[in-house]
Amino acid sequence: MKFVDEYRDPAAARYLLEQIHKLCDAPQRIMEICGGHTHSIVRSGMEQVLPEAIKFVHGPGCPVCVTPIAKIDQAIALARRPRTIIATYGDMVRVPGSSSSLLQEKAKGAHVKIVYSSLDAVRLAVENPDSEVVFFAVGFETTIPANGFSVIRAKQLGLTNFSMLSNHVLVPPVIRAVLDDPGVRIDAFLGPGHVSTIVGSQDYEFIPREYHRPVVISGFEPNDILESLFMILKQRREGRCEVEVQYSRAVTKYGNPRAQDVVKEVFSPVEQEWRGIGAIAESGLSLRKELRAFDAYYKFHDWMPLPRPEEPCECICGEITRGVKEPRECASFGTGCTPERPLGACMVSSEGTCAAYYRYQHVTIQTGGARD
Amino acid sequence: MCLAVPAEVLDIDGSTALVDMAGVKRRICIDLLDEVHPGDYVLVHVGFALQIIDAQEAQETLELLRACFQEDLHAAAAPSTE
Repeated sequence: MKFVDEYRDPAAARYLLEQIHKLCDAPQRIMEICGGHTHSIVRSGMEQVLPEAIKFVHGPGCPVCVTPIAKIDQAIALARRPRTIIATYGDMVRVPGSSSSLLQEKAKGAHVKIVYSSLDAVRLAVENPDSEVVFFAVGFETTIPANGFSVIRAKQLGLTNFSMLSNHVLVPPVIRAVLDDPGVRIDAFLGPGHVSTIVGSQDYEFIPREYHRPVVISGFEPNDILESLFMILKQRREGRCEVEVQYSRAVTKYGNPRAQDVVKEVFSPVEQEWRGIGAIAESGLSLRKELRAFDAYYKFHDWMPLPRPEEPCECICGEITRGVKEPRECASFGTGCTPERPLGACMVSSEGTCAAYYRYQHVTIQTGGARD
Repeated sequence: MCLAVPAEVLDIDGSTALVDMAGVKRRICIDLLDEVHPGDYVLVHVGFALQIIDAQEAQETLELLRACFQEDLHAAAAPSTE
């Protein structure tokens, strides 16, 4: 496929690896913020051929993994409401709440629909005028404009049976929280590629300016990531510390202004609870006050359960999400907790760190990497 | 979840476009972009085009990388003068 295969060329990979080995003269802890990068790194098996001094620290960039249990419980409570359809992205239905999941509710007869696009949720509301359609919408900056657009469309169509249960999270505030955490040590960042197509590279300039760590915004193919590592090491070697864009075929300095306008029109910043991390000021986006008719939290406030913020005790998802621990340090990894029967959110999402480790644990140099 | 896939725009109809994503044809929303033309490659995420892929930028950076490692290969293959 064009714009994919070119970035998997073995000869270029070998060249980049050689350059990385030449440049790497000290231990480097590099956080990849995005779950998509985690997946690509583990799938390609690149850690086996990189210098031992380079250590990837897996970041909090999986929206499914950071959605708090209390929010899952709210979606489940609404799924139990009569004449209510819950529309959500595929990964969300298996995330365990405090006592059930949307998939379990579906098995018991709840109307839970998996949608590919936010506009599919709007279509459900048009096609089912006698039901309430609640779009359980999660996402980072990549997904927020698309999700927000569904509210604009529903408003244009004059729909009164469409609402959104929103759990939208932002990258810069959580990076600040990670950098301010004394338990986390990071030397540089692999910046999130698709988040940056929307917000632009300008959103991360505070990282070199205030925290003196290099950032390279990377594409998702193996050679994209290798080239980004090379660029990080080159910055170190040359004594530079700045935001650079390796994924220049899709990322500009200012991002996508039209998508940013949709976000501003629909959402406003709020304090947000992150599963495993805690509350962070202005790190989430909620529907604006004037759009509360579309906000399921207010529309169905009487149905909202009291929060029971309990993690299953044997799960260390929180520490994994913060980059403090690795999946193999969890006693439940691959035994009590598997993608089929996940205990914690990191095992649910295809981009969750535990799911990536589980799926690709047999990938070795001998097997030549994972096949699609 | 922030997975976005490159797709070729085949046809445009108002605020939607028919795209080819590695052989799968799908109609997507193009309202998040100012201008899209058939033949453009876009990044598709949850049914929306997020950004047009800059083909010239992609070509230039790939060529730069290729030039680097070909130079390196030639240097390695050249007989040593020492």
